[in-house]
Amino acid sequence: MRDLEQTLREHPFLEGLDAEHIKLLVGCASNVVFKEGDFVFREGLEANVFYFIRHGRVLIETHVPQKGPIMIRSREAGEILGWSWLVRPYRWHFDARAAELTRAIALDGKCLREKCEEDHDLGYEVMKRFAVIIAELLEATRLQLLDVYGNSTNK
Amino acid sequence: METQQTSKHSDAAKQPDPMLVRPLQIHRIIKELGDTFSLILQPQDDDADFPFQPGQFNMLYVYGVGEVPISISGDPARRETLVHTTREVGTVTRAMRKLKVGDSLGVRGPYGKGWPVDKAENQDIVLLTGGIGLAPLRPMIHYLLTRREKYGRIVLLYGARTPEDILYRKDLEKWRSRFDLEMHLTVDHATGAWRGNVGVVTSLVSRSPFDPQNCIAMVCGPEIMMRFAVMELQKRGVADDRIYISMERNMKCGIGLCGHCQLGPTFVCKDGPVYCYVDIKDIFTKREM
Ligand SMILES: Cc1cc2nc3c(=O)[nH]c(=O)nc-3n(C[C@H](O)[C@H](O)[C@H](O)COP(=O)(O)OP(=O)(O)OC[C@H]3O[C@@H](n4cnc5c(N)ncnc54)[C@H](O)[C@@H]3O)c2cc1C
Ligand code: FES
Repeated sequence: MRDLEQTLREHPFLEGLDAEHIKLLVGCASNVVFKEGDFVFREGLEANVFYFIRHGRVLIETHVPQKGPIMIRSREAGEILGWSWLVRPYRWHFDARAAELTRAIALDGKCLREKCEEDHDLGYEVMKRFAVIIAELLEATRLQLLDVYGNSTNK
Repeated sequence: METQQTSKHSDAAKQPDPMLVRPLQIHRIIKELGDTFSLILQPQDDDADFPFQPGQFNMLYVYGVGEVPISISGDPARRETLVHTTREVGTVTRAMRKLKVGDSLGVRGPYGKGWPVDKAENQDIVLLTGGIGLAPLRPMIHYLLTRREKYGRIVLLYGARTPEDILYRKDLEKWRSRFDLEMHLTVDHATGAWRGNVGVVTSLVSRSPFDPQNCIAMVCGPEIMMRFAVMELQKRGVADDRIYISMERNMKCGIGLCGHCQLGPTFVCKDGPVYCYVDIKDIFTKREM
């Protein structure tokens, strides 16, 4: 528990969050391990968790008929994985698979949603932080969609 | 177009008139990717010496077809050959790709301003590149590694479209195994056995180990990628006068005479292709430029 609390306290994602709120988060947290190839989550299933990745790498993929899985993003040590727990209908939009042995802290999203409802200050702090992540992902996705290396030849 | 016959001891061969085209022979061709190839050029005689600064380019003339600017992509310490990596996109580059070992190619240059090798001394170096943008940066990487002690941390961030589009794989493997260069590769998307990073190259900036207050960033790739890269570097706290980008415009003379390559009040062939971002930031983001 102490280890969890310390890790969360030192994580840049939670920088500036007061000690009481960190304690509330710790109450929803647990350590998890995924072996290479394990699914962290699967498209369409209920999304009730997000992860602080401590070691390893997770590949986010979608399955394209006749093509198989296409990897569209990876999340690495130090990064946050998963935001569908925050947005109705709380379902994963993609598959996520461990590319290597991956250790993470799992935060129970259902538990956290309830705590955020009870304590709107906590809710606002959590929302603010996820808004940054979602905005970054959106920006990166736009750049990806431009397919800049495809037909452009600017070297 | 004038052409110049090289003679073993001619002064002109050593200090060529900038507009003179020197015929060089294709000594070797390396097929890098489906549409990308490297030509290793040498003179027909053995009087070979091609000094250049990392980031400079040559005008390559495919006889009877046309001339295009292509960056020099070899090791600046190996002056006996000239290396150019080209991606086929249109008339001239298509004709160039059809050339064979032993064929002749007209070369004039080197032209333009290269990467800021002196200003980079004692600084952390961030090399941020995508696609064939690695070609104009490869000489810089060689340059840095032969003078390794003069620089701080060296971080290479390279993005390609898919794992199959990764350029210079052998070099990348060599560099990855070094302890004094930190390399992060990413691809926009992947299938199959890829287990590396997936995502745009600019997303590597936030988690790369360099000191934003004491670094020089060198950025080369599609212009849109460079715009996003500059934003990420700024977010990390890198000042505009520490960011260098390599620009491209259509060219004709290559030496600041014809105005074809105008970028705002500057000519890319003469004032670039490598610019300090602070000098062109006002024109870099303007649509009509
Ligand atoms: C300083 C400098 C360094 C360069 N270094 C390299 C290099 O190392 N390797 C390399 O492969 N290329 C490099 N280029 C780009 C190269 O010069 C062009 O790809 C080439 O001129 C295209 O000529 P082409 O006759 O084959 O194509 P064109 O027939 O002229 O054009 C075919 C198509 O490609 C598009 N196109 C042409 N040039 C560019 C460009 N620069 N950017 C985006 N789209 C373009 C055209 O709009 C057209 O749609 C460099 C350009 C500059 C200015
Ligand atoms: S190409 Fe003629 S001025 Fe630049």
